[in-house]
Amino acid sequence: MAVIAGERDAVREAARANFFYRPEVRQAIYQVVTVVALVALFYFLITNTAENLRRQNIASGFDFIDRTAGFDISQSLIAYDNGMTYGRAFLVGLLNTVVVAAFGILLATIVGFIVGIARLSSNWLVARLATVYVETIRNVPVLLQLFFWYFAVLKSLPGPRQSHALIGGAYLNVRGLYLPAPVPGPQFDVVALAFLVGLVLSIAVYFFARQRQRATGHRLPVFWLSLALIVLMPLGVFIVMGQPLSFDYPELKGFNFVGGMVLQPEFIALLLGLSIYTASFIAEIVRSGIQGVSKGQKEAALALGLSNGQMLRLVVIPQAMRIIIPPLTSQYLNLTKNSSLGVAIAYPDLVSVWSGTVLNQTGQAVEVILITMCVYLTLSLLTSGFMNWFNKHMALVER
Amino acid sequence: MKTVAKLAIAVAIGSIGMAGAAKAQTKVLDTVKQRGALSCGVNVGLAGFSQPDDKGNWTGLDVDYCKAIAAAIFGDAGKVKYVPTTAKERFTALQSGEIDVLVRNTTWTMSRDSQLGLTFAGVNYYDGQGFMVKKSLNVKSAKELNGATVCVQTGTTTELNLADYFKSNNMTYKPVVFEKLDETVQAYLAGRCDVYTTDQSGLYSIRVQQPNPADHVVLPEIISKEPLGPSVRQGDSQWFTLVKWVHFALLDAEELGITQANVDQMASSTNPEIKRFVGKEGDFGKNIGLDNDWAVKIIKAVGNYGESFERNVGSGSRLNIARGLNRLWDKGGIQYAPPIR
Repeated sequence: MAVIAGERDAVREAARANFFYRPEVRQAIYQVVTVVALVALFYFLITNTAENLRRQNIASGFDFIDRTAGFDISQSLIAYDNGMTYGRAFLVGLLNTVVVAAFGILLATIVGFIVGIARLSSNWLVARLATVYVETIRNVPVLLQLFFWYFAVLKSLPGPRQSHALIGGAYLNVRGLYLPAPVPGPQFDVVALAFLVGLVLSIAVYFFARQRQRATGHRLPVFWLSLALIVLMPLGVFIVMGQPLSFDYPELKGFNFVGGMVLQPEFIALLLGLSIYTASFIAEIVRSGIQGVSKGQKEAALALGLSNGQMLRLVVIPQAMRIIIPPLTSQYLNLTKNSSLGVAIAYPDLVSVWSGTVLNQTGQAVEVILITMCVYLTLSLLTSGFMNWFNKHMALVER
Repeated sequence: MKTVAKLAIAVAIGSIGMAGAAKAQTKVLDTVKQRGALSCGVNVGLAGFSQPDDKGNWTGLDVDYCKAIAAAIFGDAGKVKYVPTTAKERFTALQSGEIDVLVRNTTWTMSRDSQLGLTFAGVNYYDGQGFMVKKSLNVKSAKELNGATVCVQTGTTTELNLADYFKSNNMTYKPVVFEKLDETVQAYLAGRCDVYTTDQSGLYSIRVQQPNPADHVVLPEIISKEPLGPSVRQGDSQWFTLVKWVHFALLDAEELGITQANVDQMASSTNPEIKRFVGKEGDFGKNIGLDNDWAVKIIKAVGNYGESFERNVGSGSRLNIARGLNRLWDKGGIQYAPPIR
């Protein structure tokens, strides 16, 4: 026994003596080699690209961002004219993308949930209509759908001189939906403040009501209280302050309507096209989530006396959310990236303004595309990061 | 350790190989001869300049230039691979080497000459930007367009000139910017915008393609200079000289009275200028890497500049654009070619 133990010790001693046989040393070496190789690869790629660009006399570097743009953009959330820089145009394009993506995600989620639940309805007509919607919209390429919404809908609207006049001083024509713009008076800040206070109070009411229900079982009418706080209270303040709000009505002058605010047909077409397309996918995800909840839950809820709507809202959907949220994140990312198709229907999103016009005017394809990719990567990471947090929040706590 | 060593050696060899490939720079003429066809960047479809018909045959003024270059190199105008490009991707296609020459009604500007790594080899069409409106709007001049909505293509000099013109005339406008030509025209026809703007030759080209051309009016104002010409990548002077002189040969032929019909008889002319043109005297072809009868091959394939112009955009076509500035210098225009001597 002592001999074998002695041999074992000798082997271990010999192993310790050889530096490279130690596992921790080997791991460190492999990692260092990999990092060095990666850094060398990126360094080589960057210097090779720069060298080739220089040899071909193609301008490179990022100074072009401060140059004057010289072109106009049809829709801009921030002030912009053609004397501003390319950097400003970039921000305009970015905001346009974010706006259409945000509203698109909202609209697509609402429509998707409704259609998904409708597909499982016991009403034969409703269920079949939802199925037809999903199957048709899912299988037609999204670019064709955008063209349909833009050109088919555009062609049916009249010119500005023959606009449809709508109630409230709004006009609908081929150039867009013209709405009266609210012009806040000097004391409108107080009304805005009242609205915010109402919002905060209604959230407080929600938590308070939940606590009270857990403690005593009494339920407060949260919905009506919130409505009163958010709508009636600011309205009261508004009337008391003397109605400090006037409207700027759109009027036909020359070629187009002047004044008011306008929803451009490009924005509407892109929003509708993207939302309806993505909603068809979300409908299927919602349906799979609901069907993934075990039937016993549904039967137990009905046995307890809950109505169909209550069963869905309180029992099935909270459990279905676990299944729904990860693929839902993918659909949100798809919608954000599909908004780049706006360039085909003249919507000035990031790709159209930045990777289209600016790339062509400056010729610096490498820098411009790099920045575009980074922007989309950031947007996608932010969206999926938020959704992952939401997913964890929704996860069932197993006891 | 053994696998890591193998991996490291593989990566090292790969990077050396890549570095080696990056350093080699071949001449464009050799590449074209080896490929057996000229890769020519043209417009996706602009009547009169480059347009495919329903059998896939390309015709147009720019297409004739591609044919002329191919004829000069191979003697066969059919040895061309046409690469249709939109306004957005035309320069990237040339920069990356996908096409050898870009003949796509592209305006010669300083920024394009200096920043994009390409160089312009002449002007094959002197043009200017104009406006087209529907006749029903009753507009007689561009100065009446204050507040109008204008359809325009992205990434073009048109977009910039439009902004400049309205600014300098203290007028406002609303732009609607599309990527593709088709979509821009469709939106104008659907009434999304009041005005369509592009080079005047483009306006006439689009107008003639409408079912009712009389419904559209091209306004008289020309708001910019648009010298349209072929361009090649910088760094290969032999190829640049070749493309330049193909253009000059077309002009010189018209000056000397050489046409597609009489170029064979001209081969036996005693006029020293014509003798140099057809290659009976001098080694001008050899100096640019071609045969000495390079100019004869060009004229046989597409005719001289005047013939090509009239056939594609002039009196022999539906566009019926007058020669105007594009006449030869001794006929009142500004097309001028240096002599072949």
